[in-house]
Amino acid sequence: MSQDFVRQLPGTGLKIQRKAGLGNALHLDVPMLLLLLIISAYGLVILYSAVGQQIEPVISQGIKVLVGLSAMVVIAQISPVVYMRLAPWIFLIGLIALVLIYFFGVEVKGSRRWLRIPGIVTFQPSEIMKLMLPLILAWYFHDRHLPPKARHVFWSLMLIFVPVMLIAFQPDLGTSLIIAASGLFVLLLAGVSWRLVLMAIGLGVSAAPALWFVLRDYQKQRILTLLDPERDPLGAGWNIIQSKTAIGSGGLFGKGLFEGTQSNLGFLPESQTDFIVAVLAEELGLAGVVVLLILYLLLIGRGVILSVQAQDTFGRLLSGSITFTFFVYVFVNMGMVSGILPVVGVPLPFVSYGGTSILTLFLGFGILMSVHTHRRITL
Amino acid sequence: MVEPLALKDHTWESRIFFSRIVVCFGVLVILMLLLVARFFYLQILQHDIYATLSDKNRIQIQPLAPVRGLIYDRNGELLADNIPSFNLTIAPERVADLDQTLAHLGSILSLTEEDILGFKSRVKRRKPPFDSVPLLFKLTTQEIAQFSVDRHLLPGVGVEAKLVRHYPRGELMVHAVGSVRRINESDAKRLDSVAYSGTDYVGKIGVEKFYEQDLLGRVGYQQVEIDARGKVMKVLESNLPSRGKDLILHVDSSLQAVASEALGDRRGTVVAIEPKTGGILALVSKPGYDPNLFVTGIGHKTYALLRDSKDVPLFNRALQGQYEPGSTLKPIIALAGLVTGVTNADYTIDDPGWFRLPNSKRLYRDWNWHASGTGGHGSVNLEKAIYRSCNIYFYDLAVKMGIDRLDDYLALFGFGVNTVLDLPEARSGLLPTRKWKQETRGLAWYPGDTVNIGVGQGDMLVTPLQLATAVTVIANRGEWVSPRMLKSGSDLIDQSTVRKLDSIALIPDPVWDVVIGAMEKVVHRGNQGYGENGTAWAYIGQDIEYRMAGKSGTAQVVGIKQGEEYDAEELDERQRKHAWFVAFAPVDNPTIALAVLVENGGGGSEFAAPVARAVLDHHLLKKTGNSGRVMASEGAAL
Repeated sequence: MSQDFVRQLPGTGLKIQRKAGLGNALHLDVPMLLLLLIISAYGLVILYSAVGQQIEPVISQGIKVLVGLSAMVVIAQISPVVYMRLAPWIFLIGLIALVLIYFFGVEVKGSRRWLRIPGIVTFQPSEIMKLMLPLILAWYFHDRHLPPKARHVFWSLMLIFVPVMLIAFQPDLGTSLIIAASGLFVLLLAGVSWRLVLMAIGLGVSAAPALWFVLRDYQKQRILTLLDPERDPLGAGWNIIQSKTAIGSGGLFGKGLFEGTQSNLGFLPESQTDFIVAVLAEELGLAGVVVLLILYLLLIGRGVILSVQAQDTFGRLLSGSITFTFFVYVFVNMGMVSGILPVVGVPLPFVSYGGTSILTLFLGFGILMSVHTHRRITL
Repeated sequence: MVEPLALKDHTWESRIFFSRIVVCFGVLVILMLLLVARFFYLQILQHDIYATLSDKNRIQIQPLAPVRGLIYDRNGELLADNIPSFNLTIAPERVADLDQTLAHLGSILSLTEEDILGFKSRVKRRKPPFDSVPLLFKLTTQEIAQFSVDRHLLPGVGVEAKLVRHYPRGELMVHAVGSVRRINESDAKRLDSVAYSGTDYVGKIGVEKFYEQDLLGRVGYQQVEIDARGKVMKVLESNLPSRGKDLILHVDSSLQAVASEALGDRRGTVVAIEPKTGGILALVSKPGYDPNLFVTGIGHKTYALLRDSKDVPLFNRALQGQYEPGSTLKPIIALAGLVTGVTNADYTIDDPGWFRLPNSKRLYRDWNWHASGTGGHGSVNLEKAIYRSCNIYFYDLAVKMGIDRLDDYLALFGFGVNTVLDLPEARSGLLPTRKWKQETRGLAWYPGDTVNIGVGQGDMLVTPLQLATAVTVIANRGEWVSPRMLKSGSDLIDQSTVRKLDSIALIPDPVWDVVIGAMEKVVHRGNQGYGENGTAWAYIGQDIEYRMAGKSGTAQVVGIKQGEEYDAEELDERQRKHAWFVAFAPVDNPTIALAVLVENGGGGSEFAAPVARAVLDHHLLKKTGNSGRVMASEGAAL
């Protein structure tokens, strides 16, 4: 390892070395950037097939990827210290936005998820909350002794509870679960005692039947459909039967790129968005799915490495949470499409068509890079 | 190692973090393997099941309906055609609110209650789901345009073009050709579901019914890839249907038109047969109806009107109407009498106008008998008995022959049996025998019954087709040919079918000469003074250009009591006698034989013979001309 420069940290007297290379100079992590580019390209190819080989949606999605990448680069330039300082304020703004939704939100298909600032921007506060929550929790724990004490756990749970509930009642169960997971990962990584974790799991399992009565009819329907798709094959069960058929008929190497009949003939619903992995599975088979999973695993692995290498609690918790939350996307989406989880609206990262989630994802990885490349100490 | 910078125990915290992240990553890897396992299960272990499901999704076998064979007349004129028809169809699964859609359609197109009922019953019968069901048939371009305006508001509703049967001559040919009808529930149970999988119609009547298997053709199929909306994306494999056979019938449309015109508005029938082949040249039954009404499913009201009409237009009088033959039977009785030697050409009787069986008081009257006591034909031999249609001669002859011998001979001419080869509705009439009377009425045969048979009355019933067939046998001098519609195009009937009736063939020529000569006199014997002319001469025989053999007849509709006179003026129109006339021409080489019936027409010579003359004139004199209609009105005027 060569050293391009050595500098003194004012006041500490410690020798700090920065890692060499163009990546560091630009505050980017090259392996992660490469993986993101490969996955995005792979995703665009699958999308091209899923939209029936039209180029316009692919270009539009490509632009979103570029915008996301640019945003990531920008985010990576900013020191994590800035994020840490701004965390409480950003979180507060996020919470206010979530509350405002209940008064001024744009209602689409029976749920209010969007906030429109007339003439300026329409955005989805819950999407931003995916990053805000790990941020605030990492901020909350950064100067506290770990493992956290019970009252800290309580307060951090409250921090999770409020936005999750606000989102759950929009209603947007899928996003609220992901956000809850992103918060809980922070707690878990912060070292909450396993006893507490097990107790929480036990409590959750025993409370599940009670939860049944809280769920809305369409949500119950989705769970019943998971258990038995054939109970309403043309209605609620249609999606899952068709996606399983698409996946299963793909076999080991698939029907060939652009040759998927389930998707091209319109049997597969939502084939460009939430169910896009079924297109991949149908056309490129198990091989194509495994390649995607390996790419995801490499990306997550890189994220884990960056998290471990982070030099302070804030960076570690934030990076770890973002990395594992990313996996939750993958698992929930693919579990849902393959019929082992109920249908919740979670897109497949970097593959599903749509701009909001891809922006959030890139922002998340931008934060990871920021944490990694603004290091004060070399290891 | 890095030394602690602050109060926090960074080493400890890093260690906790590291252990946690390892556990989490471990769980993550397990979950990822779970996903791989799930996809492995679906894609490898259950691949066959899902591959089949996927093919079932996208591949559909669609039947390709064969084009129904066409039907032509002997001159190549089209009698049954297939024309495109635009139907409004609905796929009920794609319609959110059917009643609302129907209401909407009702507001832009004329949609009757009957249309909706018909549609709903068709919905119940259709086979695959997502299939479109017709609601309205034969849309006009204007209706299609009106629908197109609102089309985007009506998902699941569309316009499809289909070939439907069309009968260009409509009512004129309906009783000769028959018709197809839309397949109904009971048909669906009876018919081969594969052969009819693309077909909506089946031959229900007449030639269309008899030659159904030839006309239908063979269904084809195509394996198509469809999308989730059932739209065909591409054809994977196809096996084209083969069209049905075209049929050529013996029938002559122009002759049919002449016969129909000659009957005019009267109820009646004309059956004309080509003696050499047995081919039916004309088969008219009036009134008729437009078969095109039935093709796409007739409305209940229209149907009820046809069904309940007093004139029974749906009834094919030529095949199903059973009437007394009346005096038209006399030439055959005469033949029987001559062959059996019971009478001969020279034998004469004295006709006082009535006949009485020995030891009986009942009087059997002649047709010219009057209650005043006048009437009768004076001295009558067999020839005069035919051209003057003397009843008394035949009462006497019949009684002398006895019913058994009479029956034997009448049966040889096809009475009491159905001999037509390809008209499934034809009935067989009734030839009364001792056995028949014993079985149906439990009564013995009385000599009085035989008396009535002698003049074609009593219990005997014939259809116009049967009578035309019998006349054909006379025209052929005993050589039998079975009547048939088909000229060529099918193997379903054996074209060479002739019933071997040796005993008729054995009738010697001199006997034929006597009877046929007498029939000729019915038409041509004129200017002989009162009571000496042929019965039909005054009406048709005076200006005729060819030699015709004929015989008139009347069939009673109500019994006339003993001692009462038949007075047409006093009877209700529907109780008047039916007028018969049978004929063939030219006598020396007959090319046409026919039977004419005018229901409640009155006397046969006066009312039925002119119809026969018009038909024969057209056939013999104006064969090539298209002047059928002109001829017909002339004929009717005679």
